[in-house]
Amino acid sequence: MDLPTLLSAHDLECARGERTLFTGLGFGLEAGRLLLVQGGNGQGKTSLLRLLTGLATPAAGEVRWRGEPIRRARERYHREMAYVGHANGIKEEFTPLENLRLEAGLAGRALDEAAAAQTLSGLGLARCLDLPARVLSFGQRRRVALAALLTAGALLWILDEPLTGLDVHGVALVEELLRDHLAAGGMVVMTTHQPLTLDGVQVQKIRVGDWAPAARR
Amino acid sequence: MLRFAAPLETREEDASSSSLRFLLTVIRRDLLLAARRRGDWLTAQFFFVMVVSLFPLGVGPEPELLRRIAPGVVWVAATLASLLSLTRLFADDHRDGSLEQMLLSPEPAVLLTLGKAAAHWLIYGIPLLIVAPVLGIQFALPWDAVGVLVLSLALGTPILSLLGAVGAALTLGLRGGGVLLTLLILPLYVPALIFGAGAVDGVISGTGAEAHLSLLGAFFVLSLILTPWVSAAALKVSLE
Amino acid sequence: MSINWYKYASPATFYGLAGRLIPGFAWAAAVLAAAGLYIAFFLAPTDFQQGEAYRVIFIHVPAAWMGMFIYLVMAFWSAVGLAFNTRLSFMMARALAPTGAMFTFVSLWTGALWGKPMWGAWWVWDARLTSTLILLFLYVGIMALWAAIDDPRRGDRAGALLTIVGAINVPIIYFSVKWWNTLHQGASVKPSGTSMDEVMLAGMLVMAVAAWFYSIAVAFARVRRIILERERHTDWVNAQLERA
Repeated sequence: MDLPTLLSAHDLECARGERTLFTGLGFGLEAGRLLLVQGGNGQGKTSLLRLLTGLATPAAGEVRWRGEPIRRARERYHREMAYVGHANGIKEEFTPLENLRLEAGLAGRALDEAAAAQTLSGLGLARCLDLPARVLSFGQRRRVALAALLTAGALLWILDEPLTGLDVHGVALVEELLRDHLAAGGMVVMTTHQPLTLDGVQVQKIRVGDWAPAARR
Repeated sequence: MLRFAAPLETREEDASSSSLRFLLTVIRRDLLLAARRRGDWLTAQFFFVMVVSLFPLGVGPEPELLRRIAPGVVWVAATLASLLSLTRLFADDHRDGSLEQMLLSPEPAVLLTLGKAAAHWLIYGIPLLIVAPVLGIQFALPWDAVGVLVLSLALGTPILSLLGAVGAALTLGLRGGGVLLTLLILPLYVPALIFGAGAVDGVISGTGAEAHLSLLGAFFVLSLILTPWVSAAALKVSLE
Repeated sequence: MSINWYKYASPATFYGLAGRLIPGFAWAAAVLAAAGLYIAFFLAPTDFQQGEAYRVIFIHVPAAWMGMFIYLVMAFWSAVGLAFNTRLSFMMARALAPTGAMFTFVSLWTGALWGKPMWGAWWVWDARLTSTLILLFLYVGIMALWAAIDDPRRGDRAGALLTIVGAINVPIIYFSVKWWNTLHQGASVKPSGTSMDEVMLAGMLVMAVAAWFYSIAVAFARVRRIILERERHTDWVNAQLERA
């Protein structure tokens, strides 16, 4: 069965200040696939992810979702996409439960407390439900961010270094999450410095460094 | 076993109800945050009271003089107090990444900036209305002038929050952002200051306050319609 | 016949074009300024009410016009830049700002010099003076914002948004101050309404045109520098630099 290419990038160019990080970058990603973005520090991995989310606009080229440029299909795209960046997007003053429910409200969705508590418990946070996020460890906050990702119910996940700060169990948990998501037909675009074991998953790779202007000349 | 498989089909929901939920969540979230950080909130209120209270010490205690300068003093202090709290309007959310998440919501960014400005007014504007009568009495204002002072602040402080949101979005994450914000936004506050203080002045001098208040109202409506769009555009520019 | 505007919107093309135009504008500005000043000091009659001091208006009025006008041009280029994403428009706005601020400052300064003999005070809170002062604040704010933002793309857009908000605000400020002013001190500070001598008008217009040409020449020179700075990694700039 041929799966449709849902996410595609065409001739992307990204400039940071005066430096062109990459130019002419393109790829297509089908449902059920994972795209691993690789490259050294400062080569533009995070910049590429931000272009893909629509937070940043490319200097040239475009990103398409279901064949439509995301600039035009923004609303639908953001309904079907969830992003976890370097910062967790967690408010320190709120408890994990409040964080999760507010984040759902900000996406225009309702999330009842039981569902939020269940997701958090599934990620090993059962004992921190009512503690302000301020007192949680870095790894625990990362898990809250992952819980928000799960409750978003998005088809496409864009993850910037999701493994940072996680212990061995945490890494195993993320791997499990990724496998389940992909098996259910979801898509993932991510970066990571850590090794990732994903058996039975088709991993597509892209090196941002290959599209740097000097390398192409 | 798919323990975590999330539902991949998004529930279809009435567009306007999800937009309203978004707007209300933005406001409720900021109110809740302010309730958890009462220290910041009190600082802004005391700043307002202190600035106003310094003037009689500087210019002398003659009731006649104080009555003359009261409208201007209260209004200038209100603009400064609003700027003090505006520097953090988007900065905290920017630091912890939640601003990005809010911009990635399917709902339009203009609702975000509108909600943010509304929350700022509820948190920092309304208390000014409550404190202002006390300050008016300190400055020997007659009762009808105190009433108009509160009314002018009720119409004018939302303008400060709305215009200030533009400045806060433009200076997001810049070094020296607070001072820069002041430099950018104070000139834009001038009409609100003139109409607001002028209304109270009108009552004292007997020329009436209606004209000032209606112009202030017009300026408020104009700000309400235009500034959320500008702030939204500025936020996107600042986050790139 | 249609002109390919996009060709001139490319910084590389415009760099050369501006370079060729600058000397013409600069010379025209110098000649016209000399002529204008000659009219101002030798041909224009002494004002029977204000004496010789009024001659400052030959600088004051054109400066005030330019200060206001350049802001409008900046707002125009900012809107074009935001709407069509043309880099050159933002560069033009940036190149114009210092000149606009300079003219605004000069008009305030000469206004004070003129105000002393006219009104007996260096400064009055008159609608025009006050809104010119706030215009100067706006110029300063925009330039401070540009200075604070390192990324040129973000700086361009942020500055453009602020310029446009300011452009909407300036007329509101003008009318609010005017209205505030009439309530506060009546019309006591109106300049004497003498009908203007034709020679005086001619002198003022010549000076105004000189100010125009000067602004264009300076803005072009500045825009060339901005282009070089922004495009210094491109081939055409390197070729230019090698030739120089």
